[in-house]
Amino acid sequence: MSDTKLKSQIPDGPLSEKWKKRKAEIKVVSPANKRKLEVIVVGTGLAGASAAASLGEMGYNVKIFCISDSPRRAHSIAAQGGINAAKNYQNDNDSIYRLFVDTVKGGDFRSREANVYRLAEVSNLIIDHCVAQGVPFAREYGGLLANRSFGGAQVSRTFYARGQTGQQLLLGAYASLNKEIKKGSVKSYPRYEMLDLVLINGQAKGIIARNIATGEIERFGAHAVVIATGGYGNVYFLSTNAMNSNGSAAWQCYKKGAYFGNPCFAQIHPTCIPVHGTQQSKLTLMSESLRNDGRIWVPKKKEDVMKLRKGEIKASQIPEEDRDYYLERRYPAFGNLVPRDIASRAAKERCDAGFGVNETGKAVFLDFKTAIERLGEDTIRERYGNLFQMYEEITDVDAYKEPMMIYPAIHYTMGGLWVDYDLQTTIPGLFAIGEANFSDHGGNRLGASALMQGLADGYFILPYTIGGYLANKIQEPKTDTSAPEFEQAEKAVKERIAKLFAVKGKKSPDEIHKELGNVMWEYVGMGRTEEGLKKAIVEIKRLKEEFWKDVYVCGENGEFNQELEKAMRLADFFEIGELMARDALNRKESCGGHFREEMQTEEGEAKRDDENFMYVSAWEYKGENTEPELHKEPLVYEGIKVATRNYKD
Amino acid sequence: MKFKIKVWRQKNAKTKGHFETYTVDNISPDSSFLEMLDILNDQLVHQNSDPIAFSKGCENGEVCSGEKLKRAKAEGKALPVSFDHDCREGICGACSLYINGRAHGPENEVTTCQLFMRKFKDGSTITIEPWRSAAFPVVKDLVVDRSALDKIMQAGGFVDVRTGSAQDANSILISKEKADESMDAASCIGCGACVATCKNGSAMLFIGARVSSLALLPQGKIESTKRAMDMIAKMDELGFGACTNTRACEMECPKRVSITHIARLNREFLKGWLKK
Repeated sequence: MSDTKLKSQIPDGPLSEKWKKRKAEIKVVSPANKRKLEVIVVGTGLAGASAAASLGEMGYNVKIFCISDSPRRAHSIAAQGGINAAKNYQNDNDSIYRLFVDTVKGGDFRSREANVYRLAEVSNLIIDHCVAQGVPFAREYGGLLANRSFGGAQVSRTFYARGQTGQQLLLGAYASLNKEIKKGSVKSYPRYEMLDLVLINGQAKGIIARNIATGEIERFGAHAVVIATGGYGNVYFLSTNAMNSNGSAAWQCYKKGAYFGNPCFAQIHPTCIPVHGTQQSKLTLMSESLRNDGRIWVPKKKEDVMKLRKGEIKASQIPEEDRDYYLERRYPAFGNLVPRDIASRAAKERCDAGFGVNETGKAVFLDFKTAIERLGEDTIRERYGNLFQMYEEITDVDAYKEPMMIYPAIHYTMGGLWVDYDLQTTIPGLFAIGEANFSDHGGNRLGASALMQGLADGYFILPYTIGGYLANKIQEPKTDTSAPEFEQAEKAVKERIAKLFAVKGKKSPDEIHKELGNVMWEYVGMGRTEEGLKKAIVEIKRLKEEFWKDVYVCGENGEFNQELEKAMRLADFFEIGELMARDALNRKESCGGHFREEMQTEEGEAKRDDENFMYVSAWEYKGENTEPELHKEPLVYEGIKVATRNYKD
Repeated sequence: MKFKIKVWRQKNAKTKGHFETYTVDNISPDSSFLEMLDILNDQLVHQNSDPIAFSKGCENGEVCSGEKLKRAKAEGKALPVSFDHDCREGICGACSLYINGRAHGPENEVTTCQLFMRKFKDGSTITIEPWRSAAFPVVKDLVVDRSALDKIMQAGGFVDVRTGSAQDANSILISKEKADESMDAASCIGCGACVATCKNGSAMLFIGARVSSLALLPQGKIESTKRAMDMIAKMDELGFGACTNTRACEMECPKRVSITHIARLNREFLKGWLKK
């Protein structure tokens, strides 16, 4: 079973001692040597910005790249609800162990135990540091930090800054980054897109990037490269990801030899604003925190559904006894706060059964009536005012009077570059952090854990572990970007771009991307079957072929060209989508966000197959028209009893 | 819905720009403003990829051919319109646009990406310009270079604290009122609407938001005077104007950051100036 290249490097010893042990083992680089070492960080979200800032503070020379005009635009900024930590400030018997258990269980036993435990361990440091940075977390009247509850937990451990927690944490990391830029330890490259990874002697030594403002292709060298470019959810076209979010940087690493872990694990978030029509460009998330006070329901009677769809009645006119609060009915212990994958599937189940409440039949209600009666409108306004305002802007509905309509949408990808305990990929010197790696969330991520993981990796884990690699590089001179490897990589990038312009077909990149999105949502979405996945692979290949025959890329390379950016990212999305379908086809079990319809219990719950699938699938690229090779990292759980997830009692 | 879109076209910072008018049709009232621009761009891509369709679209939707067609292509009229956008949830601050003479369009307290077509009159002409300010040179069409805002932040918009050196988060109490007010200021998204709106092209609301947010908290208070001095010095250096209290910035701020934060900034600045 053990794979020669897949060494997870988990330290020996009891779970709670592993991180301590590794930290003690890691070689330290002296300040004089740190000054000589260079690190490239790609991406300026929570993971990238915090890593670059911390590495800069330690004395390394850092170059940080982002595709936006400013590091502060990274999509971490849109995270609304909060960040988890095991502080136990609410005295509800929370602990590092409990956060660890909830996260492993929430991930349906498909994450790496040792990484998750470490995540829970450093979670408390994150809150301390962010407060010190001046992040204005919500406070109680006595001046202490406030908390709220999130899905998949029975304690209140989520710290928040209104509905803008991601923004505030990112501004904190961005501020620390700015501090280091001022000191000169970090150099920032905004509007740069990484287009290839450069290897010398099998080690990551630099990147090829395109200056988005001018179109120039440039080379950058370093002693190590860190990928912090987020997830690949935009493969579905419609998702809650930002328009520019893409999987290309990670994908280039995969094509250069880094294994890709669990690509089929994508999170579908239950509370998004439903699709309004074909002109839609993206989906908007309504924070999970709304499930603290909102109750999810559909009518019990089909005739009420029909009347709602025709606009003959309003939701508020349906009496209590005719409402089906289906999450409270099916999962009494957790109710509306079940994990995201479960809430999403339950919504799909009701809509598929014909109870969807809008014209398209793809929406359920999220209702604040009970909460408003209990707490008053002012309290609700204080807690969620900005979300209600955003909802009204988009839908023209006042959610204080009528319930919100929501439906699941693609939100996050748990899969990503395979990394070992040190967050290093299978390419020496190439590290992956935050959403870009696969390690901490297994089959499903709990709410308020993405921010936690991004900052844990960036502030407290990578800056230490990368030292272990760099300690062996102190004799190495600066990477020479005139080396033939750089030359070759740059040439390949330029050829790829020229090839795109040369197609001169009829369709815009967006048009083909929408078609890809439809295939992905239909066959690699909330419910997956063997037949559907096989079909998806054929369809994706067909679309990829069509793309290379019929896309039209306007303008030219040597200028600001958003059409070219879209086309380049889309070219990779076909390949990412195909690998997702392949991975989903291989994983003949249901777990977390991956639901194989053939594998369910009588009650329609996910049926895991621990005997055959308790492993991380790590895919190795084998060339353009060759099938990738599957490697397996077995998952072993020592600190927690493996069990079927139960949110009922 | 149908609209005439009068939009600023400019190849790059070195060339002169001009307005170009296009027609878009069959726009859903539920579409966002940026989705309407996506549709316009898709139309323009097709006019390029399909020359017959293009010949109908090159001049206000009229048919043109020969020299006229060649010229239209050379002038880049048919290329998609470049505009900054990313989260489309009103939080990243990437989208900008001066729409019918107002930053982020006719609605109050929303960003351009949260503006919906139902707010416009069917059949009307919509004028779209980039942020106009000396400190924000045009990159292309509606895209401007706002890196001056990053430079101001780099001058002092942070608390000088090293990772891993903080004490327990609850060891310093902060009153709810102070934390809330700090959060009000911290909701600035850095879009630059205040600068684009200000007749002096001042960034005082942007700086005020940051300085005030940190000055209200014990963690940020220690450096607040120096922070104010450094950020204002950088603002002056980068060619932004001064504040003359017209309050236009506050009116057009999509997050309604209040000018009381400019007052707090001025207090901090004055303290530093008097010390000098």
